[in-house]
Amino acid sequence: MAIELKMPALSPTMEEGTLAKWLVKEGDEVKSGDILAEIETDKATMEFEAVDEGTIAKILVVEGTDEVKVGTVIALIAGEDEDASAVEAPAEKVGAAKAVVDVPGEGKDIGREPSQAEITKADAAAIEPRPADPDIPAGTPMVSITVREALRDAMAEEMRADDRVFVMGEEVAEYQGAYKVTQGLLDEFGAKRVIDTPITEYGFAGVGTGAAMGGLRPIVEFMTFNFAMQAIDHIINSAAKTNYMSGGQMRCPIVFRGPNGAASRVGAQHSQNYGPWYASVPGLIVIAPYDAADAKGLLKAAIRSEDPVVFLENELMYGKSFDIPDLDDYVLPIGKARIVREGGDVTIVSYSIGVGVALEAAETLAGEGVQAEVIDLRTLRPLDTATVLDSLKKTNRVVVVEEGWPTCSIASEISAVCMEQGFDWLDAPVLRVTNEDVPLPYAANLENLALVDAARVVAAVKKVSYLD
Amino acid sequence: MAKSPSRAKAKSSAAGKSSAPPVANRERPDQPGRYRATKDELLAFYREMLLIRRFEEKAGQLYGLGLIGGFCHLYIGQEAVAIGLQSALDGDRDSVITGYRDHGHMLAYGIDPKLIMAELTGRQAGISKGKGGSMHMFSVEHKFYGGHGIVGAQVSLGTGLGFAHKYRDDGGVCMAYFGDGASNQGQVYESFNMAELWKLPMIFVIENNQYAMGTSVNRSSAEDQLYKRGESFRIPGLQVDGMDVLAVRGAAEEALKWVRAGKGPILLELKTYRYRGHSMSDPAKYRSRDEVQAVRDKSDPIEAIKKLLAEEGISEDAMKDTDKEIRKIVADAADYAESSPEPDGSELYTDVLVESY
Repeated sequence: MAIELKMPALSPTMEEGTLAKWLVKEGDEVKSGDILAEIETDKATMEFEAVDEGTIAKILVVEGTDEVKVGTVIALIAGEDEDASAVEAPAEKVGAAKAVVDVPGEGKDIGREPSQAEITKADAAAIEPRPADPDIPAGTPMVSITVREALRDAMAEEMRADDRVFVMGEEVAEYQGAYKVTQGLLDEFGAKRVIDTPITEYGFAGVGTGAAMGGLRPIVEFMTFNFAMQAIDHIINSAAKTNYMSGGQMRCPIVFRGPNGAASRVGAQHSQNYGPWYASVPGLIVIAPYDAADAKGLLKAAIRSEDPVVFLENELMYGKSFDIPDLDDYVLPIGKARIVREGGDVTIVSYSIGVGVALEAAETLAGEGVQAEVIDLRTLRPLDTATVLDSLKKTNRVVVVEEGWPTCSIASEISAVCMEQGFDWLDAPVLRVTNEDVPLPYAANLENLALVDAARVVAAVKKVSYLD
Repeated sequence: MAKSPSRAKAKSSAAGKSSAPPVANRERPDQPGRYRATKDELLAFYREMLLIRRFEEKAGQLYGLGLIGGFCHLYIGQEAVAIGLQSALDGDRDSVITGYRDHGHMLAYGIDPKLIMAELTGRQAGISKGKGGSMHMFSVEHKFYGGHGIVGAQVSLGTGLGFAHKYRDDGGVCMAYFGDGASNQGQVYESFNMAELWKLPMIFVIENNQYAMGTSVNRSSAEDQLYKRGESFRIPGLQVDGMDVLAVRGAAEEALKWVRAGKGPILLELKTYRYRGHSMSDPAKYRSRDEVQAVRDKSDPIEAIKKLLAEEGISEDAMKDTDKEIRKIVADAADYAESSPEPDGSELYTDVLVESY
């Protein structure tokens, strides 16, 4: 049977074009790569190459013809065992090609079933019962540890339990961690599993991501998330998107962790909150704990997760001590906010170091007779909107506190959720209390002016309560 | 081998004259020879290269008909590289990763052409359920880790795969392919540094097809002898004729010998050529048609192996029969890819995350 040559498209959007010129005639022998014709549209000209060998049997569309629809048979080539002169132009094809049903095949049985697709959607709350923090058995002693120790203990416990887990980053081993978070890990686990990298963020983020794709469980420490800007391509393009792009075949269980947000007097390039950046990316889990118990319980959960996790810590919190239940295996659910202070007059939503600011403001407000409910989001993606909305329904007022810029922030997102899903319960506009919209200055007084503080939170609460 | 120039001589030649090439002061791999293939191996190479050629020609046609969308980068002309290299790997333990021009590497691994073509047409039956497309295809089963769309990213990711081989001590080697264009990306050198520092089992493969989109190697690379690009990290490099499948296989054997002996990474530069544009929407203004035709006429890897097969006594007819058989496989793949259903709408939200939170 003769080979049909069809009018090609120069681009996916082209529907028709001009067959400008034939460079072959009937009876010519052609081989793969020979130019057969020139095709034109109003934008471009393309040379049309042969891919088959044979003899040009029939030219069905003469040169100079305009408005030739893509897919029209323009010529016929006879294979070498065919008589070119006997080739007839085809009749219009009758009926569409038979539909083929999907067959199980490589990789396709691995991903989530379409029937479970809803689970991935943001409103998973409506489908499954919300996970809750584990019950702490009565009589469990509490111990006071720093956030730094909690993070180290989480890594050490998971490394003891699973030999695929390892830590890599700048100064994590012999220096014992730039901020001492990995202190002691080298001694216990050795240089194979606690790995000092060169100063090469893009490279080692890629190496860690590749190792996760290859079946390991890397914890990649960035000395600060400011430096992870060099590596954000791998965090987003490689780690977050691959499971989806592979139809669920290729997982990337990795934790990217390190301090995030403003420290103290380190200037603009070392003082940025990346929570909103990463929380905008489907395919990532983003966690930003406040206290030691959450730091430990959530880091353990992050290391065990099959998904890529961005774990945002805060340098100013590392040395703070909190009580934590003395349990062998304290793991918290990802994606669940926590009510850290109950109250019925106003809801203050925050995360990370902002929770401390919110609690300070709540204390001040209590002295003035306003009972604020403080919610620590803990996980920024997926966001626990149900806990926020439940509180909103109780207090009818929301203030969001964020140590970060205001524009396109987590606060912006919470405001949008409250407006879209909680509009009928709102008695006042949702207010954002954030850092000032400037690169963080170095001078002590300017830095103070730029950063979020409790006084501003108190003022915002009074405003939404119509008390000022 | 040339003797080391004396100090005095080197000094006197400093004015104006170029300095003598450095003499190796550390172990280097042997210069690889051409692989001595059996008749059966030659037949297999012919068949596999032809499958890539015909598959890509068909993909080009389907793109022209609007059945394949977006970007589509064809491997035509470069077939000897993937076949020569991957035929030397141990499929049970070695891993492979590449960039966006990935169809050939998947076919070289024997992955079903139907699943690949159905991915190109964006169908449920595609290897990524239609959610990846031409540039994003994976087969963990075959230890083929993609299919990556960001130029150079696969080099760092591949180094991570090499890290995992070493961490698990599983004896595997990772082969990370990238192009002459990617060889100017910074992360490539970050990866070279760590790979040699940690003696990772890596074969870095530069597929030098002479053009990064439309920019020739000479216009983009201060050192255009790309096999030297690893030297300052102590990674030895070999330059190989990428149009000769036996030369490629010979280089692969030498590279594997080096890496499996625990000597750390090695870099191969495969000099090759793509006949088609960078992607389907290539203006083809940066090189002449004569240049392309000259390579096709003189250096085509499939024509070259046909000559070898003829010398082995394989008849022209037998080769034609193979071609017909391959055309049938490709035509079936195209039919399958055209007639398979698109992904169900509910697939939109699957595979974003693995777990539920």
